[in-house]
Amino acid sequence: MATSTESAITNAARPGAEPLLTIRNIAKSFGRNAVLRDISLQVAEGEFLTILGESGSGKTTLLRIIAGFENADSGEIWMGGERLDPLPPYRRRVNTVFQHYALFPHLTVEDNVGYGLRVAKRPKQEIASRVEQALAMVKMTDYARSKPAKISGGQQQRIALARALVNRPRLLLLDEPLSALDANLRRQMQVELKSLQREVGISFVFVTHDQEEAMVMSDRIALLRMGELEQVASPREIYSRPATAYTAQFIGHTNLLHAEVKDGIARCHSLSWRTGFRDGPALFSLRPENIRLAGATAAHDVIRFRAKVRHQAFHGATELLQIECADGLLLSIRTASRENRQGDLDLEFSASDAVPVRESPERN
Amino acid sequence: MSAGSRAARESRWLPWHAIAVFAFLYLPIVTLIVYSFNGQGVGGFPPRNLTLDWYRMLFADDAIWASVLNSLLVALVAVAIALVFGIPAALALDRANFPGKAAFRRLVLLPLILPGIITGLSLLMLFRQTDVKLSLVTIVLGHGTALISVATTEVFAGLQKLDRAQEEASLDLGANYWQTFWRVTIPNLRLSIIGAALLIFTLSMDEIAVSFFLIGRDNTLPLEIWGRLRRGITPEINAISSIIFVFSLVAIVTWYRLRVGAEGQPEIAAELLET
Repeated sequence: MATSTESAITNAARPGAEPLLTIRNIAKSFGRNAVLRDISLQVAEGEFLTILGESGSGKTTLLRIIAGFENADSGEIWMGGERLDPLPPYRRRVNTVFQHYALFPHLTVEDNVGYGLRVAKRPKQEIASRVEQALAMVKMTDYARSKPAKISGGQQQRIALARALVNRPRLLLLDEPLSALDANLRRQMQVELKSLQREVGISFVFVTHDQEEAMVMSDRIALLRMGELEQVASPREIYSRPATAYTAQFIGHTNLLHAEVKDGIARCHSLSWRTGFRDGPALFSLRPENIRLAGATAAHDVIRFRAKVRHQAFHGATELLQIECADGLLLSIRTASRENRQGDLDLEFSASDAVPVRESPERN
Repeated sequence: MSAGSRAARESRWLPWHAIAVFAFLYLPIVTLIVYSFNGQGVGGFPPRNLTLDWYRMLFADDAIWASVLNSLLVALVAVAIALVFGIPAALALDRANFPGKAAFRRLVLLPLILPGIITGLSLLMLFRQTDVKLSLVTIVLGHGTALISVATTEVFAGLQKLDRAQEEASLDLGANYWQTFWRVTIPNLRLSIIGAALLIFTLSMDEIAVSFFLIGRDNTLPLEIWGRLRRGITPEINAISSIIFVFSLVAIVTWYRLRVGAEGQPEIAAELLET
């Protein structure tokens, strides 16, 4: 568990970037069930931040607190020097793309998109031209007069996006907006969403349970587990330098090695490698792709070992092998696909790829 | 006897069975309409000398038309009263949590199952005690309050189907609670409200029991008809009944079309009663 000073540092927005949104010590319970505990987080101007977590981690609740649909029990939210959390949803310059889009079925596509502007009593001409621009931005101009029920899920998604962005919010919240789409459309929308975000330059806070989606789109990922932030970092950093065992396992595959460190050497079964970690028991994460077939010459600080192939799972370009070392240690490795791997393999990994991680504490 | 032949025997009787039931239900209505054109009055079979005389007589009958106007007036005001009180009650049942909610729900729905005689008699006693003169106003109050339950049931069923995220989306887009109610909640409840209004209108139009107790000097149509029946049936009654029948049919078909057009097959608004 991160101490509060630690989390204040790691959760700060990118250095140099002005924080747009500041979340301070937010906590929320439903009855006896603590959904969020002491969440502190900053979102920078123009940043794409993803709140990633399993169902029940509190990610949607956090989003709803930012939007104003739920009140936090304690803590503050600030946006650009203004305290946000006492304001009702309709006074926040924040717009939301809902999980199932929540388009108004009784209004046409253009009336859906123009809703916020009409409520704000903008002049008719301005509404017409901004709606037109917004529809052009999501390539839905041809459907302006359709009712939401007559267009596909992907198209509804675009309209929901246009309806939110047309109001020029300072912050856009997206609640698992891609989860209802099929896999192909989803990948396409991930790319489009990311480029759209760069184009409009608005900060996005995106909620998802899909770690791949988070990796593809985000500037930073905030991993939420049982109401607490596990780690906040860029996709590359969170993948290559996971802070906790949970992070390492949730984002991608990993091998967790329970080792004993003594005098700068970590030992786990027959494997041993150099580490800067203090003496005592320690947990290391070693990604499957960081275990390679041994080359002809051994580089410095490379650990070599032999293991038997137990299981082979084909994944297309790569495959995942289940291997067993002589002393019974089971590991996963990822290599380029090749037919029929059998028998013993000579393998190696670099000491620097074994990343020390904290044990994730039990919470309930 | 094998199961197959038994099924065959049953299916042979089934159509006759169905025809008998439908005949019992609809033959009287058909007879009523046919005899409204019968030159020989209500007696005599088969109908002879088809004529529009009864309709001519009906259109010249001021007392009938006065009662039709009274009934329309009562029904329209009853619809207004029932909706004005029924919609907020449905909203409260759907969204608010308050002590005594279960009791409130039963109280709101009670008039639906209470016999008209009880409602009528108790209102009559109330008006006597408070020295209110019986008139169309008392009938309107009787119908309006008794039919609040119908408005509540229909609108509650509509609210149960409404996606709450839509209201959140409206708030999110800058509309306050009041604007959200008028721009999103009410349009989504349109069909439920129209359905409730038609149902209340029809129920009020042909209501007898409550009206009977609360009637002043002005008759409603059902009471006018009922009063005349005591002096013997004339085909004029058949004529006015035929006109009512056609109007009801048009109203029902219109409502059904609206609902099917907007959301597929209509459902019975029974959700509230089941909970």
